[in-house]
Amino acid sequence: MGDRSPPTSSSAFAVWRRLVGARIRADWQYRMSFFLFLVGQALIASLDIAVIAAIFANVDSLGGWSGYEVALLFGLGGVSFGMADLLISQVETASKHIKAGTFDLFLLRPVPTLLQLSASEFALRRLGRIIQPLIVLAVALFTAPVHWSVETTLLIPTTIVAGTVIFGAIWVITSSIVFWTVDSQEVASAFTYGGNVATEYPLDVLGIWMRRIATFVVPLAFVAYLPAARMLNRHDPLGLPSAAAWAAPVVAVTAWLAAHAVWGFAIRHYRSTGS
Amino acid sequence: MPTTTHHISDNIIDVAGLEKSFNVTRKAGRLRRRREVVNAVAGIDMQVERGAMVGYIGPNGAGKSTTIKMLTGILVPTAGWVRVDGLEPNRQRTELARRIGVVFGQRSQLWWDLPLRDSFDLLRHVFRVDAARHAANLARYAEGLELGPLLDVPVRQLSLGQRMRGELTAALLHDPSILLLDEPTIGLDVVSKEAVRQFLVDINRELGTTVLLTTHDLSDVERLCQRLLIIDHGRVIEDGMVADITERYGAERTLVVDLVEPGPPLDVAGATVTNVDGPRQWLRFRRHEVTASELLVRVSKLADVRDLTIEEPDIESIVREIYTR
Repeated sequence: MGDRSPPTSSSAFAVWRRLVGARIRADWQYRMSFFLFLVGQALIASLDIAVIAAIFANVDSLGGWSGYEVALLFGLGGVSFGMADLLISQVETASKHIKAGTFDLFLLRPVPTLLQLSASEFALRRLGRIIQPLIVLAVALFTAPVHWSVETTLLIPTTIVAGTVIFGAIWVITSSIVFWTVDSQEVASAFTYGGNVATEYPLDVLGIWMRRIATFVVPLAFVAYLPAARMLNRHDPLGLPSAAAWAAPVVAVTAWLAAHAVWGFAIRHYRSTGS
Repeated sequence: MPTTTHHISDNIIDVAGLEKSFNVTRKAGRLRRRREVVNAVAGIDMQVERGAMVGYIGPNGAGKSTTIKMLTGILVPTAGWVRVDGLEPNRQRTELARRIGVVFGQRSQLWWDLPLRDSFDLLRHVFRVDAARHAANLARYAEGLELGPLLDVPVRQLSLGQRMRGELTAALLHDPSILLLDEPTIGLDVVSKEAVRQFLVDINRELGTTVLLTTHDLSDVERLCQRLLIIDHGRVIEDGMVADITERYGAERTLVVDLVEPGPPLDVAGATVTNVDGPRQWLRFRRHEVTASELLVRVSKLADVRDLTIEEPDIESIVREIYTR
């Protein structure tokens, strides 16, 4: 093997880029469906805003948060979710590949399986899910009473990256279940899509146990709620120090390492199908 | 840690006591489910010499594919020892992936909507083959498999035979030391089959690539393999040179006689009639018990013979005999 260097993360990224490029070129042959889907995604995403607008047409605040403050939550959570949806949600298709027997092929290539799934099922049209929360986020940053400083400014991109990784980790962990029971994708969706909805509302509206779960078990509180609370100078009802907002990257890395371990464990239990 | 030691054994595949069992839940009654353990592979030993071409056959569900999946690291064995090119497949799967080429007859590793050439180029990056070697390999295989005019055709527009030639090229571009083929000729027409077979013979001879193939088509084995492993119920039931197996089990031959008049099955000592079609009758006999000429004398006493042929056993009937033994 002397003539081949060990894989590096940069070469893995280069492979990912090429595989994604191939996928986009293939999808481009069906570009009408691409544009229709993009429009559809934007419309569906707008429904979420309509729901929140409807709530605030009837009440002034939700768990003590004003409409513009909730919009900040919505924007942060939505952008992170959209990014994870674009880059990592493809692990959901593992069950499809297991059933079709094509997951075997991923295991026969010297590239991580998560990377191959991400690239081979990449769908550029999912960008439609990011555009709209991005607009909401921009509006919220202008309208909500954000305490601007260098620190809160840095908190925005940090939170989005960390949130993307946290959602991604949830996606990977819940998708791992399919290695034991192939038809368990619905359960996984409850956590991922459900998790997205949970980040769009202040945790104050939830009961104490749900808040604890959202902080310490499925760390959704770090995706938007805790960072937004710090930016708005609010106190967390769980009594966490406001600096907990900056724990998001640590939580994200931990969640990702856990997801990676679960995925590796799941693959060792892969049963493959058919001949 | 990657191992860099060269192993002493010349066996590129070294398997001992290999087992794989699956837990299966079956319905038992209306609501109850019963857990069962199915031993898909129940203790297989096999050694394959570097550079050999070996046929790996058995009936459906015998454990062929499960074995292949353990050899490639797709499945983790329940028990046993496996080394492929000195590596432990499930622990060193990605490293092993660079040294093996795999073709599953019913699963494509090509990019469906893209030209064949794009698939090859993507695989070059996936396997990190340098550009010059890739170009040389592609030129060689494109010529050997007559792929030249097909390189710019999207894979979905290729015929099955054309696609299979693409699959073989895809499996070989990274210069694997071993090629594992699962039903490589399934569904192919006669011409494509022959092209694939001839190519495999050439690759094996010129590059020394070891080939292990599972197949339902025993003419693949006759044409390609010196050695044959037969498995059934997850165990190796026969392992030997194709010629030896034919010699050992091929003791039964068939005398086909065309009689002048159609009649009932002939009752001849030393032979049994296996088929009757009008005046033609098939008489199976064991060549150690009776010679063909002796048998013909006996038949002639019972009926007038117009013509005759003797059918040598083909590998297919031998294998059928081994299975049903």
